[in-house]
Amino acid sequence: MKLTGFLLLVAGWGIVLASMSLLVSLTPRAIFVLAGLGVEAVGLLLVVRSHLVLEDETG
Amino acid sequence: MTNLPVPTLSEGASAVCVFCIFLVPLAAAGLALLNAGLGRSRSAAHTMIASLCILSVAAIAYFVCGFAVQGFTGQPIRILRLGGRQWDWIGAGPFFLRKFELDGSPASLAAGLSMLCAGLAALIPLGAAAERWRLRTICASTALLAGFTFPLFAHWVWGGGWLAQLGTNYGLGHGFIDVGGSSCIQVVGGLTALSIVWILGPRRGKYSSSTLPNAIPAHNAVFVIFGSMLCWAGWLGLNSAGAILFWGAASGQVVLVAVNTTLAAASSGLAALVVTGLRFGRPDASLTCDGWIGGLVASSAGCLFIKPAEAVVIGAIAGALVTYAVEWFEFGLKVDDPGGSISAHAVGGIWGLLAAGIFVRFPASTSVIASVQSGADSGQFIAQLIGIATLVGFVLPTTYGLNQLLNWFVPYRVSLEGERQGADLHELGADAYPEFVVHTEEFIQR
Repeated sequence: MKLTGFLLLVAGWGIVLASMSLLVSLTPRAIFVLAGLGVEAVGLLLVVRSHLVLEDETG
Repeated sequence: MTNLPVPTLSEGASAVCVFCIFLVPLAAAGLALLNAGLGRSRSAAHTMIASLCILSVAAIAYFVCGFAVQGFTGQPIRILRLGGRQWDWIGAGPFFLRKFELDGSPASLAAGLSMLCAGLAALIPLGAAAERWRLRTICASTALLAGFTFPLFAHWVWGGGWLAQLGTNYGLGHGFIDVGGSSCIQVVGGLTALSIVWILGPRRGKYSSSTLPNAIPAHNAVFVIFGSMLCWAGWLGLNSAGAILFWGAASGQVVLVAVNTTLAAASSGLAALVVTGLRFGRPDASLTCDGWIGGLVASSAGCLFIKPAEAVVIGAIAGALVTYAVEWFEFGLKVDDPGGSISAHAVGGIWGLLAAGIFVRFPASTSVIASVQSGADSGQFIAQLIGIATLVGFVLPTTYGLNQLLNWFVPYRVSLEGERQGADLHELGADAYPEFVVHTEEFIQR
């Protein structure tokens, strides 16, 4: 779960970078940037949950 | 790819800048006192000596390779071709500052300021990982941060890198705005703190089987409050030097920067005071100081380009946000951060960057650098979002991965016995307050 979370963080950043390379006008670029941030949010959630599970297991 | 112009400084601006750079160590001293005061007394000396070690290692790591990675506008760079475009990714300066004239030029002043900023960024994780982080691994982790992570992001923001060029190359406002280091110092330091806390785990006894975490109170509120006041002076220098060096502010504009910095800190501290007063029945000194620091952090991003009233709003929101974030991290996410570093620096910094996207306006007379960048304010918020996405999507995984790798070779956490004894006795062999130690034989009735 932790690794998936970190991969999603990087993937979200990749979407943001791709929006700059591939798109020109402001609105689609903004949507892509928000989508990238959304993917990052899911990744962050997974990383946080993986650490919460770890804390519960170790007490 | 259009490169940003090389800034030129008048003699007066250079003199003001040098004075401001000399104020920055006060921020480091303030953070060290704050971190020591918020920890337990049995680790106070360890925290202070670790702070000194961090500043030393950071200065040397930055000298060895930090400035080579960071560079400055007009210095050699490495270009990456991606998606048919050129990206300014990393500086290509000389290692050990070889053949680099430290002569008062903008590049040399930037090198001097950034060397101190690297130490400041590296002090942030110490507040979060206090009492359970071994001294030698503190030094190793600092070398990573000051030699690679901080300078790389600082190149993107302050060294004319791709984030700074978002305005000229992609028409996104005036590029990613961060005058005083909300991103490259504060959020980078805060996210490194989060990574290290995840790697270390909480202090023994913090989270037991009961639902609520155990309170481990700060040992010296005077240190905490005095540290916060020192940070104020340091931040005045940090924000002003950043405004002059990286945004070409005239020496007179330092007044606006100082007023905005002070107002943001003031409203932030008061907001934290009010929020804790309303929630707990009386104000909380530690959280108020964390709020104060959060306001300083949030002020850094846009301090040159906002109005004083906007600084008050930014600070007030930062103060309330930091107060809730401290509680959320401790109770909800089980992140044991005794110094509140993650909340004050990472959360406060991200809010400051967002606020810059909302509030920043560029008057025609603002600065040499700003005036030559494309004038569209429309994409400024998107530029700030791209910077934040880079911090969360690149800096957090990188810093977590590098520190985890180091942790496999040299374990970060002190032994169980060491934690029970306290870091002072275990790692240094002496307590910070030896006269407080109760020797039982002195109390035997005769």
